[in-house]
Order: sequence, then C-alpha cells, then structure tokens
Amino acid sequence: MAQSATETDFSLDTAATLAASEDAAAIRGRSPWYLAWRRLRRNHVALASLGVFLLILIACFPLAPVYAKHVAKTAQNTNHILEVVKVHGESTPVVSQGGYVSKKTGKACGTGETDCTLLSAIPIAPTYFGAHGKFVLGADANGRDIAVRLLYGGRNSLIVGIGSSAICVFFAIILSLLAAYFGGWLDFVITRFFDLFYAFPVVLLGIALGSALAINGFHHWGVNVQSGSLWIPTLVISYVLIPYVGRPLRGQVMSLRQKEFVEASIAGGAGPFRIMFTELFPNIISSVLVFFTLIIANNIVLEAALSFLGAGVQDPTPSWGKLIADGQDLIVTRPALALAPGLAIVLTVLSLNIFGDGLRDALDPRAKVKIEH
Amino acid sequence: MVAFLVRRILGAILVCIAVTFITFIIFIVVPGGDPAVRIAGKQANDQNIANIRHSWGFDRPFYVQYWNMTDRMFTGRLVSYTNQQNVVSQIVQGIPVTLSLTIGASLIWLFFGILVGVISAVRAGRWSDRLITVLALIGISMPVFWLGIIARYYLAEGGLMSFFPDGEYVAITQNPAQWFFHLILPWLVLAVLFIGFYGRVLRGNMLDSMNEDYVRTAKAKGLTPNRILRKHVLRTSLIPIVTLFGLDFAAVLGGGAILTETVFDLHGVGQYAAQSINNFDLPPIMGVTMYGAFFIVLFSILVDIFYAYLDPRIRPA
Repeated sequence: MAQSATETDFSLDTAATLAASEDAAAIRGRSPWYLAWRRLRRNHVALASLGVFLLILIACFPLAPVYAKHVAKTAQNTNHILEVVKVHGESTPVVSQGGYVSKKTGKACGTGETDCTLLSAIPIAPTYFGAHGKFVLGADANGRDIAVRLLYGGRNSLIVGIGSSAICVFFAIILSLLAAYFGGWLDFVITRFFDLFYAFPVVLLGIALGSALAINGFHHWGVNVQSGSLWIPTLVISYVLIPYVGRPLRGQVMSLRQKEFVEASIAGGAGPFRIMFTELFPNIISSVLVFFTLIIANNIVLEAALSFLGAGVQDPTPSWGKLIADGQDLIVTRPALALAPGLAIVLTVLSLNIFGDGLRDALDPRAKVKIEH
Repeated sequence: MVAFLVRRILGAILVCIAVTFITFIIFIVVPGGDPAVRIAGKQANDQNIANIRHSWGFDRPFYVQYWNMTDRMFTGRLVSYTNQQNVVSQIVQGIPVTLSLTIGASLIWLFFGILVGVISAVRAGRWSDRLITVLALIGISMPVFWLGIIARYYLAEGGLMSFFPDGEYVAITQNPAQWFFHLILPWLVLAVLFIGFYGRVLRGNMLDSMNEDYVRTAKAKGLTPNRILRKHVLRTSLIPIVTLFGLDFAAVLGGGAILTETVFDLHGVGQYAAQSINNFDLPPIMGVTMYGAFFIVLFSILVDIFYAYLDPRIRPA
C-alpha cells in the first residue's frame, strides 16, 4: 500500500492513493499576509514590543485626561506655584520659596540677619503616592504636575512622530512611483531633489525651518499655519526625511518596473496610474509598512531634538523633548524631571524598533530594508 | 575615472549652490521679522530703519541680495546681522572644537561598532548575541542630547561622581591631556548611537556573506575559521561600513554634532549654528549650512572613490 511504496513499485495508482490520504487542508494556498502573520506570531519579543507601544498609546491618548482629572486633579498647563500639598500628612510647598534664606533656621532671611544664603526656587520632589496621586513625579519650576505633562507630552510627541511619518511615507511613495515608472527627465528631477536634501545636514535644516516657522507661522499660497501649531514640527520633520525613504523605495520600484507583469498589464491596456497603484504599489507595501514603523521611532527622536533646541513644539505645549529641555535647568536638584521623559522616549522608540525589526523579518525574511540615520 | 571625477565635482558644486539658495529662500519666504529692524536696535526711528535697509541692501530684489550674500561669503566678508561679527572667522574658530569632537567620537564608534558587529555575528543566536542586539537597540533608541544631559549630571556634576570635567573645551595646543580628558564624555555620548547602528549593519552583512558560495569554497579548501572570517567574510562586509562611516563623519563634522556641542557647552560650529538660529541670524546660518554641505558633498565623492578602490565590481567604466 501507500506505506510500502518504493521507487521500484511506484505507480500512478499509489500516487493517487497517497494524494487521497493527504489532508486537503494541508495543501491549501495561503496568502502572503497570513504567512507573514504566522511568522510574526512566533516572534514573542516583537509582539511584546507591540504590546508595550500600544500600552503607551493608551496611556497617552484615552488615559491622559482621566489621570489628570481624577488622580492628579489638575490640567496639563495649570500652575500650582503658590500652593501647598500634604505629602504623607506633612505640608510641603509645591515650589519652595527662593531668595535669601537664613543658614541657621532655613527660613526667609530677616532684615537684620547676616548669615544668609541665596537659594533658587526648587519644585517638589516626586511624591510617588504620598500625596494621593498628586505630583507623582514632582513638579516643574512653574508648579505644573510632571506626570500629567508627561502623558500629554507623549500625546504630542506621538502625534508629531506618527503624523510626520505618515506624511513622509505618503510623499515618498508618490515620488518614488513617479520617478521609477516614468524614468527619463522626471526621474532625473526627483532623484536630484533627493540628492539635494541628502547634502543638507538634516538636524540643521530641521532646526532652521522649525525656528523660522515658530516665530510667525506660515502664511503663503493659501496655507495658514499658526505659530505654535503642532503642524509645524510635523511638516518640517516629514519634509526633511522624504529622501531617506524615497530613495530606497525608488530602487525597489525600479526593479519591479522591469518585471513581466508590468509589461503584461501595459499589453492589457492599463494606464500608467493604474499600473502604479494596482500593480506596483501592492508589491512595495511590505517595505512601506516596515519603513513606516521604523520612521516613527526615528521621528520621535528628531521631534525631541528639535523641541529641545526650541525649534519644535513651543511653550506651553508639552512634548517629551520640551520636558527634557525644562528638566535640564533643574537637573541638579530634581533629576527626575529630565530622566522621566527621556526614559519614556527610550521605551517608545525601543519598542517600535524591535517591533519594526520583527515585522521586517515576518513580511520578507530576505528583505534588506535599512534605514539610514 | 577622470570623467567620473569631473562629473561628480561639477555635480557637487551645483548641489552646494542649490543648498545655499534653498537656505536663503527659507529665510526670505518664511516671515521671521525684518532684519533691518533688528540691526537698528530698540530705539530706532523709521528713518534709521530705512537707512539700514538701504545700506545693507534689504530693499534690493532677492536675487541681488542672494548674489551679494554668496559673494561676501566666498570672499570672507560676510557679517552677522545681530552682532556684526565676521561669520567666516567665527566658523573657523569653531572648527578645531568640532573637528576634535568628530575625530575622537568617530574612532570610538568605528572601533566598537566593528567589535560589536563581529562578536554578535560570530556568536549569532547565542545569548551574547542577543544581549548585544538588545544593547545596540537601546543605544539607537536614546536621544543623544538626553544621554548627554544625564551623563553630564551623573558623571561630571556630582549626581554619582564628579570625576569628569563639566563641559568646556581645552585646546589641544594648550594642554593635550586636559583636551583628551575634557572630551571623553562628549565622545562617548556621541558615539553610542553609531556603535549600535554600525554593529547591527555589520552583523547583518556578515551573516549574509557567511552564506555565500565563496565562503563555502574557502571552508572546503581547509582554511582556518579565523582566516575565513578575516579575509573572506569581514573584508566584504566592511565595504558598506566604509560608505556609512564616510557619510556619518561628514554629517557630524558638518553640523550634526549640534546637540552634543550644545549639551556639553563646546563652542564648535554646531553650537554657533544653534545660537544663530535662535537669534534668527541669516548670514551665520547660510555660512554653517554651506560649510556642512561642503563636507557632506566632499565626503560622498571620497567615499565613491574609495568604494571603487575596494570593490572592483562597481568601478565606473
């Protein structure tokens, strides 16, 4: 029977028996997406990273107002500079009084006293849960609750990071499809545009654009963006990074353009845009997805850098980079102010990087998509 | 080869001109306030401002202004709008600092990047590879300015110790030992990102080339694993690293160290750019952007030449 079938007595009959005994489901065709999902599912580290990223999203978007209103009982930009809170039953000022203080008593210097020292105003230290959810991570120099600002700042950092990646990837796809499909002078113009922005120092260009726009916003050609708007860092970051995504994508489309299926659809009478979006685009989706994930990570760091230098998110709007810049001034007395937002960035970016790697391995185990920094 | 070089150099000059033009346009199109008002100071009347506008040429068409600015830049007469200092001499003053920072950091990141890449490729799949991969990813995920602030606080400002000097730059001609000591922390901070990145790229390249036929041939010939690794695997895998290194070196030298210089208070070209951008001072920004673009373009040509030398397959016909 089937089990004893050897090369010598193999016949069409045994083959038919073998085929009949095979489980029909085992040879069912699988879509590449299902196969990718099956590979991704086995990568527990990547899935855990996705989980961490989703938790951060949940904490920053739906949970931030809930936390601010019901736990910390404040808002993101509310000052508590003159208030006093009870920490473990002890009254503590949110921001200690600066000025001249007596060395002996530690209280404000009287008129006749000579033994005084100048202290700067110091905000409250992290209370953890000593003050019933208030000032869990301490306050900044304006008496604003850092934990609340961390969540809202994360919201803005993520909006800028994800938004700029989406815009950047969108334009990179359009430009790379146009360049690679039409070739000729259009390809020449687009690749020179990419080359030109490669020659710009990215951070320098970002800061120049960001700080130029931060003063008065942008009011040209029917586009009105107010200064202080989150659109400014979002657009600046997406703009400066387009070539970094566009160039590798163009290379991919160029090689796809030579394939027979493109010739076949030209023969079938398809127009250029139909070919670009229904024939070529589906073939680069997997790279686009990987780029999108990794570019978000990159853009969150870039946003933080711009905001740190004053060319990104503007006061009083919080963002992780802005919070680090605020915390830098108080680092000697209150290191938590600069540590917390930095750790938030590291955690978010790390989770995105690990997940992006896993996604790349799952979508195309042989892919060589690399993001250049 | 000569034709290739000539073409590349002509292209590079065009790119540099385009870069200055775009920078100029950004600051003309984007409303940042009238430079004449700023030069005139606080107690200026309309007549003063009009005079300044005329004498500095702000009332001329933008292409005339652009021409004047580039002309002054290349003849070294370009001055700042805010403090009237010579831009070229300010940049020249910053170059030793930026160059010291870049050379030291790049040597560190190249050495450790290759070390990390080789170790994790040789031990691929074992725990040491996983540990290194995680550490490299953490290194890539850290914002460099945050790492700088934290390192400066904990290692130089007494958070944990005050062993390292707290920022500032000491010229190598003045005191080489202090120069080295003052730059260790900035070097390490700047290098961390690149170490992680290079390690990952090299690991991937090495694993790819270990599966190549010529490596199997080398094994079949009976070469020692050590020799195969050095002469056959590492040699080809390092070629992309050369490209990356050239471009990154140029980018850092050309203003990419702006964050590290700001955090550690090093008065290099990057910090000069950051200050000028905050003051909305166009001439220094033009100067620094031009300086940065020059290095990036120069190094991309050098990388192409070196690449052709290393890899005969891509030599231009």
